[in-house]
Amino acid sequence: MALGWTGYLIVAVLVLTTLAFVAARARASATVDGDVRLLHSLPNYYGYNAAMFTAVPALGVMVIWLLAQPMMIENSVFKLIPDRVVGEGSSRALVMSDVRRVAEGLDIAVERGALTEEEADTIRTEEQDVRSILGGVGVALGSNVEPEVLQAAQQYRSKSEIGTFWMVLVVGAMTLVGGAAAIFVTNGDFRARNTVERGALGLLMLAASLAILTTIGIVLSMLFESINFFRLHPWTDFFFGGSWAPNFRGDSDLSILPLLWGTLYISFIALLVAVPIGLFAAIYLSEYAGPKVRSAAKPLLEILAGIPTIVYGLFALLTVGPALVSVFGRGDDGLLGVEWMSGATAVLTAGLVMGIMLIPFVSSLSDDIINAVPQAMRDGSFGLGATHSETIRQVVLPAALPGIVGAVLLAASRAIGETMIVVLGAGAIAKFSLNPLEAMTTITTRIVSQLTGDTDFASPETLVAFALGLTLFVLTLGLNVLALYIVRKYREQYE
Amino acid sequence: MTDATSSSMPAVTPVPGKSSLMTQDARTRKRNAAEARFKAYGIVAIAAGMLMLLILVFNIISRGTGAFQQTFVTMEVELLEEKLDKNGNRDPADLAKVSTFGYAPLLRTAFEAKVAERGIATELEPKAMAGILSAGAAAQLRDFVLADPERIGTTVEFEFLASSRVDGYLKDRVSRDSIANDKNISAEQLDFVDQLIELGVVEKRFNLAFITGADSSDARPEAAGMGVSMMGSLFMMLVVLALALPIGVAASIYLEEFAPKNWLTDIIEVNISNLAAVPSIVFGILGLAVFINYMHLPTSAPLVGGLVLTLMTLPTIIISTRASLKAVPPSIRDAALGVGASKMQSVFHHVLPLAAPGILTGTIIGLAQALGETAPLLLIGMVGFIASNPPDSIASGLLDPNSAMPAQIYEWAKRADPAFYERAWGGIIILLLFLITMNTIAVILRRRFERRW
Repeated sequence: MALGWTGYLIVAVLVLTTLAFVAARARASATVDGDVRLLHSLPNYYGYNAAMFTAVPALGVMVIWLLAQPMMIENSVFKLIPDRVVGEGSSRALVMSDVRRVAEGLDIAVERGALTEEEADTIRTEEQDVRSILGGVGVALGSNVEPEVLQAAQQYRSKSEIGTFWMVLVVGAMTLVGGAAAIFVTNGDFRARNTVERGALGLLMLAASLAILTTIGIVLSMLFESINFFRLHPWTDFFFGGSWAPNFRGDSDLSILPLLWGTLYISFIALLVAVPIGLFAAIYLSEYAGPKVRSAAKPLLEILAGIPTIVYGLFALLTVGPALVSVFGRGDDGLLGVEWMSGATAVLTAGLVMGIMLIPFVSSLSDDIINAVPQAMRDGSFGLGATHSETIRQVVLPAALPGIVGAVLLAASRAIGETMIVVLGAGAIAKFSLNPLEAMTTITTRIVSQLTGDTDFASPETLVAFALGLTLFVLTLGLNVLALYIVRKYREQYE
Repeated sequence: MTDATSSSMPAVTPVPGKSSLMTQDARTRKRNAAEARFKAYGIVAIAAGMLMLLILVFNIISRGTGAFQQTFVTMEVELLEEKLDKNGNRDPADLAKVSTFGYAPLLRTAFEAKVAERGIATELEPKAMAGILSAGAAAQLRDFVLADPERIGTTVEFEFLASSRVDGYLKDRVSRDSIANDKNISAEQLDFVDQLIELGVVEKRFNLAFITGADSSDARPEAAGMGVSMMGSLFMMLVVLALALPIGVAASIYLEEFAPKNWLTDIIEVNISNLAAVPSIVFGILGLAVFINYMHLPTSAPLVGGLVLTLMTLPTIIISTRASLKAVPPSIRDAALGVGASKMQSVFHHVLPLAAPGILTGTIIGLAQALGETAPLLLIGMVGFIASNPPDSIASGLLDPNSAMPAQIYEWAKRADPAFYERAWGGIIILLLFLITMNTIAVILRRRFERRW
C-alpha cells in the first residue's frame, strides 16, 4: 500500500516537472515577447531550471524519507514489545520480523477485502483467529499471533500510514513550491544556464561520490554486524581459537584460523599453477613470439579470465575432481592403485581449477610490465654477448621483478576472494591439514553457507559471516593496495 | 630486432688458439641448449594455457549438448468420461476435483492398448510400463483436460516426457549395470523401452522446453529448463543498465572533466580502483545487510540482485568511460569553448557523443561480467527455490522471487541426481552463448566506431 502511494507520488512529481518545464519555457519567451535573442540563456535552459527545482529537492527528500522512516518506526514499535514476548532462544529482531510480517499480512487482507480498514486496526487475538484470517489471504505465519505482536503490528501500520501521509504532503509541497518559485523568477534576464550547470555539476559530483558511499556502506554494514557478533561471541575465540564447529543450538566454536588456513592453502596451490604458466607465457609472448602468434595467443588466454566462475566451479566439481579421484583414489581400480582421496572435493581440485582461472591475470599484467622494460637495457645486454634467455633472466626479469610481484599479489587477492570455485570444489570440512587431497573449507565458502537458507540475525552463527567478510575485505584490500603501490612505484622508475 | 642480434652472435671462447666459429665448444653448446630450453618453457606454458581452454570448452560442449535433446514418448490416450467427469456435465469445478492420481489409470490403459495393438511382448505390469514416463505426465493430461473439457471422451495423441532414467538410457548415461540398485527403473523396463524405440514410440529430439521452461522439483530433472531464470537475469541486467550506465557516465565526466586536483578527488579515485578489486561476495554481504535487512526489499527479487550487481559493475564502467573520455583530444574541447560554449556544453554536446562508442563497449563488457556473477546472488537468496512461472508484468519481474542463469546452474550442480548435471552444463552453454554474443558486439562496436585522432 505504501509502495502504491510512493508510486503515485513519483508519477505526480514527474508530471509536475514536465509542466514546470513547459511553463517556464513559455514564460521566458513571453517576457521578451517571443524574441529569444533577448534571453540570457537558450529557452530550454529556463525549462531545465524549473524542472530541476521541481524534481530534484522533492525526490531527494523522498529518498531520504523512505530510508529513514522504517528505522524510526521500528525504533518506536520496538519499545512496545515487552520482554515476556521475547521468549527463550528468540530475540527482539526476530519478534520484530514477526511484527512486520503480521503488518504486511493485515495490509494484504485489507487489499483482498478479507478485512475492512477499521477491522484491521481494531482486531484482537482474543476475539478472532488472526492467524487463520491471514492464512486465508496467503500469508502463512509460523505460530499463533501474540496479542502484543498484533498490537505492535497495528501500531506499525498506523505509524507507517501517518508517515506516508506526511511524506506525500511534504514532498508534494516541495514540488509545488520549488516549481512555482522557479517559474516565478523566470524572466529574460535570469541566468538560467548558469543555475542549470551548477545543478548539473552537483549531480555529477553526487554520482562520483557514490563510490565512496559504497565503500562506506560495505565497511559500516559489516562493521556493525561484526560488533554485534563480538558482543555475543568472544573475539579471542574468533581470532585465536583453533576450531570451526558451528552449532545452531549455541555454544559453537567459531574460529577463523582453520578457514584462513584452507583459504591460503588453496590460494597457494592456485598460484603454484598460475604463476609459472602465466609468467612463462608472458615472457614468451613479449620476448619471443612474433606479432602473429601474439595477436592470436593473447586474446585466447584472456578468454580464460572472461569465463564466469560458476563454470570453473562446475568444472572442478564434475570434471577435475572425479579425474583426480580416478588417479589418487579408488584403490586398485585407480591409476596409481592408491586410496588417498575419498571425494571429488579437495584442496587440489579447487587449487588446480583456480590456477587455470588466474593464468591470464598473471600473464596479462606481467606482459605489460615486461614490455615496459626499456629496450636499451636489452640491447646493452646483447651487446655484451649474452644470449636472449640470459638477457631475460639476468636483465629483464630483475628489472621487471617489482611489477611481477605486484601482479602475483593481485592474483593472490583474487584467489583469496574467489567464491564459486571453492564453494563447489573445496568441500566443507574445516581443519588444519597439509594433505592437498583432503577436503577443506575457506572463508568465502563459510560466508555463503552461514548466510544462505534460514538465517537468524541474532545468533553468532549467522553474524560470524559478517566478521569473516570484514576480515576478507581487509585482507584483499591490503593485498591490492600493496600491489598497486609496488606497480606504481615501479612504473615511475622507467618513465 | 632482438632475434637478429642473438642468433648471429658468434661463439666467443676465452681459450685462445682452440676456438673456431665453425665448431661450438662445450660452453657455447650449453648456453645454446639453455636458450632452447628457456624458449621451450615459454611454448609449453602457452600450450598448457591453450590446452586448459580446449579441455574446458570440449568438456562443456560434450557434456552440455545433451540437455538440448530430450526423450519423448508419443501415446494415444483415451480421455475416459467415467474417470474424469462422472456427472457428465463438464463443470470445471467438478473436473478440478479429479487429482493427478485420477489420471494415472488412463496412462496405464493407454500403455496396455499400445502393447496389444503393436504386439509387444513384455511381462511388465501396466503400472511399470507407465513408469517410463515422467512423473509430470499425469499433470500434463490434467492440464490438457482442464483447458479443454470438450475433448473428454475422445482419444488424443500426447507427447509425454520420458522419465530422466529412460532419457539417460537413450543418452548413454544410464546402463543396465548402473541401475542395478535403482528403484526408479528396472532392466525389464529398459527392454520395453528398446522395443518402443524400434516402433518409433520413444524418440529423442530437440527440446525447446529446456530453453524456455521453468525449473522443476528434484524428482523431475527431465522437465527442468532455463527460461524463467533467463527472465530473472534479463530483469537484473535492465536494472544494472538503467542505474550503472547513467551513474557511471556522470561520475566519469565529473572525475575526468571537472574534478579539481585535491585530496577529495584522490580519495574518490583510489576508492574506485579498490572497489574494482573487492571480492564479489563482499558486495553480496552489502546487499544482504543494506537492501534486505535494512531497507526490507523483497528477498530473491531481481531488483535487489540488480542493485548489488550495479554497485559491482560501476567501477568497471567508470574506468572504461574515463579511458574513452580521455581519448577525445583537447582540441575538440578548445574549439567548443572558442565559439562560446560553456564548459558543460562542450562536454555534453561534443566530448560525450565522441566518446559514446567507447562508453558503450565498456558498458557491454561490464554487463557481461555482471551476467556471469554468482556469489553475491547466493547471499541475497536467489537460489534454493523453484520459480515456476515466468513473470507476467514488469513489476512482478522486478519484485517477485526469481533465480538468475548462473544461480540456476549452481542450484542444479548442487542437486543429487546426476541428470541435473547435464542440465547445468547445458545452462552453461546458454550462458556462454550470451556472453560471447555480448563480447562480440562490444568488439564489433570498437572496431567499427573507434576513432584514432
